[in-house]
Amino acid sequence: MVKQALIFGWLLCGAAAFGGSQNFDFKDPKGVNNVVFKTDAPLESINGTATEVSGAVQFDPADPGAVKGKLMVAAASLHVPNPLMKEHLQGPMWLDVAKYPSITFEVVSAAKVVTKENSTTAEVTGNLTIKDVTKKVTVPVKFTYLEGKLKDRVPSLKGDLLVLRGKFAVKRSDFGINAGKGEDKVADEIELTLSLAGQSPR
Amino acid sequence: MRRRLRIAALLGVVAAFVGWGLLGANRGWTKTSVARTVHDSVTELDGVVYDSRFVPGVDLLAGAMLLCAGVWGVSGRLGKR
Repeated sequence: MVKQALIFGWLLCGAAAFGGSQNFDFKDPKGVNNVVFKTDAPLESINGTATEVSGAVQFDPADPGAVKGKLMVAAASLHVPNPLMKEHLQGPMWLDVAKYPSITFEVVSAAKVVTKENSTTAEVTGNLTIKDVTKKVTVPVKFTYLEGKLKDRVPSLKGDLLVLRGKFAVKRSDFGINAGKGEDKVADEIELTLSLAGQSPR
Repeated sequence: MRRRLRIAALLGVVAAFVGWGLLGANRGWTKTSVARTVHDSVTELDGVVYDSRFVPGVDLLAGAMLLCAGVWGVSGRLGKR
């Protein structure tokens, strides 16, 4: 009986130490996480950045294809350098951030998963919600698992980091963002570049 | 008076161009913040930080030109004195 309990305990410890999904919190204490958005219309090219990213991703380095999670971007953190343009961007005609404060992406599945050392590339499919409109999108991403590197970033914490990079495009008309209007100045296609890091303290 | 207004208009054009050039010769819209890249050596990610800075764009330059043209136009209605 004692022997069985010891074996069970050892198995539990082993599972905790070597396997299972880790929860990575993407609220970045360093303020580096960002989503760059770009539109290239005939009359104008607009570049901006969203910096307030939160949410969590469950990632298992031994089984990256089982990735799950949900990331949120505070719509009010979308910034462009021109103040009038920013007012329009966040106003009721465009993103209406007062009514729709959050942009979310929830992971549904991952395909074409290729892992080399600590990097995994995959096509992650998920539900992207902007202005209460949800569309399924597939995003080519690269995960980099940095084991034990959290202390290099946040000296008071021990744990791991997960870096997520991705680039994809969405059509604003799909999400009812001033659809069909002003396309000479704001293109229908918006290019999004993700540069995010999540932390999993131990 | 006409001469003075025309000189003021010409000086306004020069000042607008010099100010616009000195503050960055920005060919886009006026900015009140400027993006700066910060590199995180652990994650190798590049973050974006905005510094508050006024950078006049072509909209302000065009506004200054219009104002100077207006002053020049008013000067034409005045007598030669």
